[in-house]
Amino acid sequence: MPSHTFKLNGETVTVDVEDDVRILWVLRDVLGVTGPKYGCGINVCKACTSHINGKAFNPCAVPVAAIGPDDEITTIEGLADTTPGDDLHPMQEAWLEYDVAQCGYCQPGQIMAAVALVDRVRAENRAITEDDLDSIRNVCRCGTYPRIREAIRAGAQGM
Amino acid sequence: MANDHTTDLTTGLTARGTPPGGRLSRRSFVGYVMGGTGLVVAADLALGAAPAQAAGLPIPSVPQIPEIYDLNDFLTHCTMPTSGLIAIHIDEQGDAHFALPRMEVGQGITTSTAMIIAEELDLPVDRVHVTLAPARKELLWNQLTGGSNTTISTYTPIRVAAAVARKALLDAAAIQLGALVTTLTVKGGVILDQLGNSLSYGDAAALAAPPTTQKVRVDLKTAGEHTIVGTPQRRVDARDAVTGRKQFAMDLDIPGALPTMVCRAPDLNGTAKEILNQAAVEAMPGVTHVAIIPTGVAVRAKTFGQCIDAVRALDVVWNSGTVAGKSSADILKELRAAQLPLAVPALGATTVEGEFVFHFRSGSALEPNCAVADVRDGSATIWGGLKSPIDVQSKVAKALGVAQDKVTVNVVQGGGSFGRKLFSDAAIEAARASKAFGAPVKLMWHRADEPRQGRVHPMAVSRIRATVLLGSVATFEQRHTSVSTDFTHGLGERLTAEVAALPPGLANLGFSESIFTLTQELPYNFGVVTQLLNESDRDFERFNTSSVRNIYSPDVRTANELIVDQLAAKLKLDPLEFRLRYLRSGLVKRVLKRAAELGQWGKAMQPGTAQGIAIHKEYKGATAVIVEIDCRPETVSRKVRDAVTGPRVTKATVVVDCGLAINPLGVQAQMMGGFSDGMAQALTYSNHLVDGRFLEASWDNSAYTRQWTTPFEFHCEVMDSDSEEPGGIGEAGVAASMAAVACAYARATGTMPTEFPINFHAPLHFEPKPFVPSVPESPTNGLDYVS
Ligand code: FES
Ligand code: FES
Repeated sequence: MPSHTFKLNGETVTVDVEDDVRILWVLRDVLGVTGPKYGCGINVCKACTSHINGKAFNPCAVPVAAIGPDDEITTIEGLADTTPGDDLHPMQEAWLEYDVAQCGYCQPGQIMAAVALVDRVRAENRAITEDDLDSIRNVCRCGTYPRIREAIRAGAQGM
Repeated sequence: MANDHTTDLTTGLTARGTPPGGRLSRRSFVGYVMGGTGLVVAADLALGAAPAQAAGLPIPSVPQIPEIYDLNDFLTHCTMPTSGLIAIHIDEQGDAHFALPRMEVGQGITTSTAMIIAEELDLPVDRVHVTLAPARKELLWNQLTGGSNTTISTYTPIRVAAAVARKALLDAAAIQLGALVTTLTVKGGVILDQLGNSLSYGDAAALAAPPTTQKVRVDLKTAGEHTIVGTPQRRVDARDAVTGRKQFAMDLDIPGALPTMVCRAPDLNGTAKEILNQAAVEAMPGVTHVAIIPTGVAVRAKTFGQCIDAVRALDVVWNSGTVAGKSSADILKELRAAQLPLAVPALGATTVEGEFVFHFRSGSALEPNCAVADVRDGSATIWGGLKSPIDVQSKVAKALGVAQDKVTVNVVQGGGSFGRKLFSDAAIEAARASKAFGAPVKLMWHRADEPRQGRVHPMAVSRIRATVLLGSVATFEQRHTSVSTDFTHGLGERLTAEVAALPPGLANLGFSESIFTLTQELPYNFGVVTQLLNESDRDFERFNTSSVRNIYSPDVRTANELIVDQLAAKLKLDPLEFRLRYLRSGLVKRVLKRAAELGQWGKAMQPGTAQGIAIHKEYKGATAVIVEIDCRPETVSRKVRDAVTGPRVTKATVVVDCGLAINPLGVQAQMMGGFSDGMAQALTYSNHLVDGRFLEASWDNSAYTRQWTTPFEFHCEVMDSDSEEPGGIGEAGVAASMAAVACAYARATGTMPTEFPINFHAPLHFEPKPFVPSVPESPTNGLDYVS
């Protein structure tokens, strides 16, 4: 069985699993890291959104063999540790402030997508627009979309 | 510190009927504090029955059944004999614990229940711990989460239990502190006397359990005394949700329960005849088991990814499905042929009529159908997000051929429901797979299975004819003809058992007609009003149906409100003015007036854009919605990859009177969600039946609301209600939202839409995925989309 090493939420992990198993299942079924959710398995719903080297990606669409020891994966469980101090990430705080979550199933992915969006927009040196928010593809079947928009704007202030 | 159950305080209660004397200004209830290992309380409860509205102006219509007795009254009636079995438990720290016999799926009932207990007990909300009770057969009917009835039916029993607990704690403290009970106060779970002595709830709990059962009388707080109920509170599970700690069924670590998926037939409800390559699939990496079950071929593997690969590799001979060869147009033809006749003939210029078609739509939540099952030695344990766990217990027992008490059903919070989780589809599959494999399974549907084989909102056609005579609406008839709705999750059975409780005239109706009659109220004075449902019972075997955040109301109301706008036009009245003139219900008028104010009804709008307005009355409350829609070509044709765009609702205003709003922030959340559903059902969200198969297989195929269709502005106001009893909120936002969007579209385009969603006949925006294999391959190019 091939062995794969990468960084996960600040720690180096090694797993023995077939090359083509998508990272989502390595996280959930092998490592027991269940924050990233399954909603489609085909890179559509974005419930599994996590970060690779600080950018958003969908682990349901990446085989574990495609990443190496230098790649750093951050899931929702590790997001708070990417900012200084013991507190939650400002985007998580904004989610609490606006009481965004309903069932909560989509929200780990929503938050990870939101953080990456704010980083991207900031790198372009501009403010978040309605078009930026419209471009988010994450499904929320509970329909929390308007609160997500509000929370992203508020979370961006704190980032 | 571990709980010491001998000193813990537990209260519970039973409930029966209305106390003599009817509604008391300060509501007083008798309870029993039981001795022994805990305290149990029995109490008589007053039903918070909504008074009927007096008939209003124009041509008064006779009161309809839902005005006097509606579905929620029936649901509450059914819970009465068993409410008593609920219990609140106070631990050594003085924290309260309560196992709610209902299911949290995002609607916020764990939060509102914690608030209700905290209020009556004078404890901070974060010291009330609400969990979900496992299936308890003795609760009979009283463990079904549906009809937005949770808070309506549990508000009083839970408060009485909490009040009895508080009284028992205070009585114990009075003895300990040597003070009169009436001089004691409670702050944050600490009991204080006037001399500054104090005793914590935890310490008092150790002293509170009496040796023998005692009868006590408790007063509940009045609305004016509330400091928690009625205030906006954030969800109790919000922190877990945003940190990834919140656990759903597939996140549980059940020993030995490996991922399991089902390879399904290409046809709707097709079945597996034979597997041609079983050994080869069993030899695939990670795969442990392969077996035919009634719904397809189940495969178990080390990871779900390997299940997907195995499902794709299976070579199966399939039997055809239950609607082989049929398409949406065929079903429409059948529905039209089954329509009940209208009584009033069409009378030329005095008649306003319309026929409206509502297509199938998937009830899928974001969390797919799933359950964990461990079947061994003639017994079974199930874990899942299940809203009708007692029904699951009996169905799993039947599927396995074991006694019902050999099945344990553990209820886990669900990732949305919308009607799906009333059914036990995944739990039964998981139990069957576990039995076939002789091993525990963690069974999950693939997304593609959800719209294709999962439960759908039944397709329906609604015909309306209204007559205007002498400047007034004289008749209004509606014939709603629908593919049948599956009620075999406990509710249907209960209707049969409790038929004597129903108002006269309902006793001889079938399940669906009863539900229709109990829920559909036309709150206008339109003279002679008849609304009838017809369902073909043949459909029961053909389609997998369920409610999808309500059953009939969104469709019935959309048809109603479109015709109401036509009637207004005929009588040369503004839609708002017409509604205010003809509405019979003061409750509805109040929300409508407020919505008109907040939503700036009548403001100047650009050509191609318009406002739409609609109302709904159900769940012991009323809603009014005003939207602004943009149907200009540049908006309608905007491009988003792999997506439907079309008209955009740019602004939405929802005003709701839901009776006593326990948690206004939670009510607003539910209205927001209900709006997302209603809008999608009006504009974009459906399933296309072609040749016996639903085409949709992905969230990009099923066009539910996404960010690019979300209104830029959404506002919801929860009005202070005259009612002291809570109403239902989970489904209440859908009907008026769908209707308002439809009405806005009609006004913006000058054409009344008659088929929903309005884009149903537009060229498909996607290439249907293959039906064999039944699930799509997981992509490998995810790193190309890193952003
Ligand atoms: S599960 Fe990864 S995008 Fe849907
Ligand atoms: S909160 Fe339930 S899917 Fe988004």
